[in-house]
Amino acid sequence: MSLLEVRDLSLEFRTRSGTVHALEHVNLEVAKGETLGIVGESGSGKSVLCFAMLRILDAAARITSGSIAFAGMDMLRASESSLQQVRGREISMIFQNPRTALNPIRRVGRQIEDVLATHSATLRDQLKPKAIEALAKVRIPDPERRYRAYPFELSGGQCQRVMIALALACDPQLLIADEPTTGLDVTTQAAIMQLVSDLARERGMATILITHDLALASEYCDRIVVMHAGHMVEAAPTEALFRAPAHPYTARLIASTPAPGQSIATLASVPGNLPDLRRVDLPSCRFQERCERALPECVTGTLPTSIADPGHLVRCFNPL
Amino acid sequence: MNVLDCVEVKMHFPVGKRALLHAVDDVSFSIGEGESVGLVGESGCGKSTLVRLVARMLDPTAGDIIYRGRNIGFIPSRSFAGTQFRRRIQMVFQDATDSLNPRHTAFDAIAEPVRRLGTAGNLAGQVVDTARKVGLPEELLPRYPHQLSGGQKARVGIARAIVLQPDLLVLDEPTAALDVSVQATILRLLAELKASLGMSYLFVSHDLNVVRMLCDRVIVMYLGRIVEQGPAEELFLRPGHPYTRALVNAIPSIGGRPADREVLHGEPRSPINPDPNVCRFFGRCPEQRDRCRKEAPPLRQVRPGVQLACHFA
Repeated sequence: MSLLEVRDLSLEFRTRSGTVHALEHVNLEVAKGETLGIVGESGSGKSVLCFAMLRILDAAARITSGSIAFAGMDMLRASESSLQQVRGREISMIFQNPRTALNPIRRVGRQIEDVLATHSATLRDQLKPKAIEALAKVRIPDPERRYRAYPFELSGGQCQRVMIALALACDPQLLIADEPTTGLDVTTQAAIMQLVSDLARERGMATILITHDLALASEYCDRIVVMHAGHMVEAAPTEALFRAPAHPYTARLIASTPAPGQSIATLASVPGNLPDLRRVDLPSCRFQERCERALPECVTGTLPTSIADPGHLVRCFNPL
Repeated sequence: MNVLDCVEVKMHFPVGKRALLHAVDDVSFSIGEGESVGLVGESGCGKSTLVRLVARMLDPTAGDIIYRGRNIGFIPSRSFAGTQFRRRIQMVFQDATDSLNPRHTAFDAIAEPVRRLGTAGNLAGQVVDTARKVGLPEELLPRYPHQLSGGQKARVGIARAIVLQPDLLVLDEPTAALDVSVQATILRLLAELKASLGMSYLFVSHDLNVVRMLCDRVIVMYLGRIVEQGPAEELFLRPGHPYTRALVNAIPSIGGRPADREVLHGEPRSPINPDPNVCRFFGRCPEQRDRCRKEAPPLRQVRPGVQLACHFA
């Protein structure tokens, strides 16, 4: 049984300049202990999808159809107080750019204690040892001393470790990592990703990794969902996705990811830009205007979901 | 003659009483005619400081910065814009969204260097011509940055750097803020411009795959010092310094296996008053020995064109 199930989710933002159709008919599921990658360009709806899962959406957002179920709980109908029980305890999130996500004027140890005090039954005199233990678990050297540090005293990699310590303090079942290594060096990225995947394995925790880096997703994810302009265009086990991408967009993205020893001449790009999601005349397939395989029905037909292989879904009129 | 020679360049920032932050220490390298040199290393290694020294936006503590045989390192950065050299050395900044003035149109952004430093005649002609070179459609010139896509803004950033026809272009992570979907077009543009305009590049990037594609030679910095430099292809296939090895090893690739990866642990040493007798990589190096904390390894030539700073490589 899956831990998280998103069915037919559509979401829009009402703005002064029109309605932004940010997500349309998105389906995905995450199994217990699985690592799912969500990839796509900026603006493809990756983050908004995860905000919807936690119901931490902007006031202008409206979910117009679909359902989100987490461990049998209906996340869209749940009351704010029961959502509070889930957030931080059952589902945690680590954000891009840890320096802005941490409170700059509170010692990092205190911030971990805040999470423990809010979401767990930790006794007051146990808070400090627990917080230090949490810092040690994310392999921060000298945790007793770092407990007293402010975020500005730590490097970017250390701040991200603190964020991970915060997110994992209450042993959640699902961790959502939104571009956890963007802005970090490759060497730090490797250490942070190893830490996340080790901790997930130890605890049997499911992970959603949001990234624009296909190479990173290929290394750490069991399955990958490809998003484009608010549509889920392809979902497949990692190995199958890279061996036989079925959606033209996926194939393009793979070809535009630099590989070792690649030349500039063979590096592809994706033509055009994401369409403006406020348009009323958006084609059925939102990739249609950028696609070299587009057919007449891509504009007005009903977008089909076909199954290339068991577990390999593609939403395309003319798949590869 | 080389376009640029840096000789034992140092940049030490005072931080409190008798404390000096050694951002760049004894860095020497050259950039030849039409050559593109990549500069890699982790944040805090001094690559941005070095780039600002070369672009003459910072004054070095010591050392020579020589442009075509003439020492420009002693010209104060404040008056550098008044010299003939400013138009020869230009810079493309990291994030085009942050580095473009939101109240200037694309036209104004590209015209600004011409107005200040160029020959005023036929301003519009020069701007349109440059826009064409970088593949920016003429009808986009009246637009403001917020009306342009990421790729188009990157093109504006490149256009204003090349409008005065410099021969040394310093590029600070020009594709870091771009999606992979447009990265290739910008990289291809940079490669074409280099060939057609005969510029030399100093190219800073943390994306080693990109450096490998675009650069002839690569310099690896660690904590203010050059630890390795050599031809790009060779450096990637046969990294000599343990740090370079860790760096090359850390690049994710499609189908790669993180389990095979040796992860670099710990944090860099402090750059404040570093001990001159200890290797800067000591403490994180997987191959460190006793000698490394008694004697800092100098940068030495190990093969023609390849320099390394390690006792044991």
